[in-house]
Amino acid sequence: MNITEIMPFIVLIPLLAGPVCVLLPGRGLPWLLATISASAAFILAALTLGSVFEGETLRYAFGDWPPPIGIEYRVDAANAFVALLITGVAAILLPWAKPLVDEEIPERQGSFYALFLIALAGLLGITLTGDVFNVFVFLEISSLATYGLIAHGKDRRALLAAFRYLIMGTVGATFLLIGIAFIYILTGSLNMVDLAERLPALGDSRALQVGLGFIVVGLAIKLALFPLHHWLPNAYTYAPTLITTFLAATATKVALYVMLRFIFDVFGPQYSFTALPLAAVFMALAIAGMFAGSWMAIFQRNIKRMLAYSSVAQVGYMVLGVSLLSLAGLTAAFLHLFNHGLMKAALFASVGLIAYQAGSLRIDDLRGIGRQMPWTLTAFALAGVSLIGVPPTAGFISKWYLIGAAVEADQLWLVALILITSLMALIYIARIVEVAWLQPRPDDAPAVNEASWLLLLPVWILVAANFYFGLDTRLTVGAASAAAQALTGGALEGLLP
Amino acid sequence: MKDNAILVVVARFLIPLMMLFGLYVQFHGEYSPGGGFQAGVLFAAAWILFVFIYGLETGLRIIPERVIYALAALGVLLYGFIGLLGVLLGGRYLDFDPLLASPQAAQQAGIILVEFGVGVTVASVVMVFFMMFARRRAESLEAGLDPDADEDIGQ
Repeated sequence: MNITEIMPFIVLIPLLAGPVCVLLPGRGLPWLLATISASAAFILAALTLGSVFEGETLRYAFGDWPPPIGIEYRVDAANAFVALLITGVAAILLPWAKPLVDEEIPERQGSFYALFLIALAGLLGITLTGDVFNVFVFLEISSLATYGLIAHGKDRRALLAAFRYLIMGTVGATFLLIGIAFIYILTGSLNMVDLAERLPALGDSRALQVGLGFIVVGLAIKLALFPLHHWLPNAYTYAPTLITTFLAATATKVALYVMLRFIFDVFGPQYSFTALPLAAVFMALAIAGMFAGSWMAIFQRNIKRMLAYSSVAQVGYMVLGVSLLSLAGLTAAFLHLFNHGLMKAALFASVGLIAYQAGSLRIDDLRGIGRQMPWTLTAFALAGVSLIGVPPTAGFISKWYLIGAAVEADQLWLVALILITSLMALIYIARIVEVAWLQPRPDDAPAVNEASWLLLLPVWILVAANFYFGLDTRLTVGAASAAAQALTGGALEGLLP
Repeated sequence: MKDNAILVVVARFLIPLMMLFGLYVQFHGEYSPGGGFQAGVLFAAAWILFVFIYGLETGLRIIPERVIYALAALGVLLYGFIGLLGVLLGGRYLDFDPLLASPQAAQQAGIILVEFGVGVTVASVVMVFFMMFARRRAESLEAGLDPDADEDIGQ
C-alpha cells in the first residue's frame, strides 16, 4: 500500500475510534484506545510528511468520486506539517494526562475521550481536506466537541466559558459558511484546486470581496486574532488540563493554517492582498495583539490565564509573519506555528502538574513552590525561556526567522517591536520564576509534593523538544519553508509595492 | 396524560404511522427526498409522542437509556465500517463499487447501509436530547423550583 492510500486514515482512525470509546466501560479502556489511535495517527502523519517533504502533493478522492465533484484530501508540505504537530501533541499528552483526567473527570470517561478523539479528528480533517465545504464541516465537528470538552472543567465557570466560546465559535463558523456560500454561488465549485483555477477568471467583484472578507473574519475569530480573542482566556483557564494543553498547542494553529490556505491557495495572494487591504490589517492587528496580549499577561493573577493571554500575543507573531507578504515571512509564520505549539504544550503541561499537585493556579499560592516541585518548575522555566526566545531554543529560531523576514522587507521598526514584546514575555515568565523560587513558602501553605516521574517525563520530553528544535532545525525550518513554498507556489515576488 | 382518552386514541393511531413513515423516508432516501437524517428525526418524534402520553419511565422501558447511547455510537460505526469495507475490498474509503458485482446495486446497497447508520444515530441522539430536557424538568418540578408547575395538567 502506498502512502496516498493510507494518508486519510490520519483522520479516520480517531474519527472511528471516537464512537468505539463511547461504548467502552470504565476508565482504562477508553484511555488506552484514545492513546493508541492518536499514536497511530502520529505515525501516519510522520510518514506522510516524509513523503511530501520534497514538494509532492498527495490526492485521495473519497469513494473514488473524482474531484471537483467528489471530496478529496489534498496533502502537501503545509498541511502535513500541521498534521504532524496536532497528532504529535495528542500522542504525547494522552499517555501523560491519565491521572489528571482521573482526578478532574471522575465519571463517564468514555464520552470524554470520545469527544477528545472527535475534536482531534475534526482538527485533522480541517488540515487535510481539499474541499472548502469539508473545511466547514470539520470545523463544526471539532468546535462542537471542543465546547463539550471545555465544559468538562471542574470549575463551574467552565460552563460559562464553554457557552461564550460556543457563541463566538458559532459566529465564526457562520461567517466562514457565508463566505464559502459566496464563492460557491460565483463558481459552482467547492474544490480548492478547482476554485483556484476558476476564481481568477471571474475578475474582481463585490461578491468575491465580501466572500473573502467573511472567510477571513470568521477564521480570525477561531484564530483568536486580536480583538476577536475574548473567548480564549476563559476557555483556556477553566477547561480541564488535558484540553487546555491540547487546544493551546493546536486549535488556533489549525485556524491559522486554514486561513492561509484560503488566502494563498483558493483566492491567491495576488487577489487577496489587492482586493482587500489584508496586509495592513493583519500587521496592525498582529502588533496590537502582541502588545495587548503580553500586557494583559503581565497582570494576570491566575497562571493559566496568564499563559492564555500570552497565546493571544503569540498569534500576533504568526500573523505578523503573514502580513510581511514574503516567502521568508510565511516561513517564519509556519515555524512559529509549530514552535509555539511545542512551547505552549510544555508550559500548560507543567502548569497542569502544579494544579494537580498544589490544587491552585493563583500565582499568590505558588510562593516558594519551586523548592517543593523543583522538576516541574524547572520545566516551566525552561519552556518559558523558549517562549521568550533565548537561544538555543525553538522560540529563538522562530523569532530569528521573523526578524530576518522583517529586515528583508525593510521594516526595521518591526524588529524593535518584536524585541519589546519579547521583553514583556520575559517579565511575565520571570514573575512566576521569582514567585516560585525566590519568595519563601508561607508557613501556613499546604505541603506540596513533586509530581511522579511518570507525569514529569512527557513534560520534559516537550521541554527537550523545545531545545532540540532550537539546535537542529532541519525538520522545522525545512518543513516550514516547504510549507510556505507549497502554499504560494513561489508566486509572491513582485506583490509588495 | 394517559388518562385523557382522546389523546391516547389519537396517539395510538399516530405513533405506528409516524414510525412507518420514518422507515419509508429512510428506505426511499436514495430515490426521493429524504434520507437518514429526516427519517431519524421522524422516528424519534414518534417515541417522543409516546413519552408525552405514557411518561418517560415507560418510554425508557421500551428503549433503555444504555441502549440509546449504544445505538448513537453504533450508527456512526455502521457508517464508518461500511466506508472501511470499501478499503478492505480494494477500493477507496466510502467506495461502494467493490461491495457487489453490479455497480448500480453496489451503490444502492452502500448508500442504504450508510444512511441507515445515519438514521439510527440521529434518532437516538434526538431521543437523548429530549430525555435530558425531560429529566431536567422533572428534577426542577420535584425540587419545587418551577413556578409554572400548577399549570401542568396531569403532573
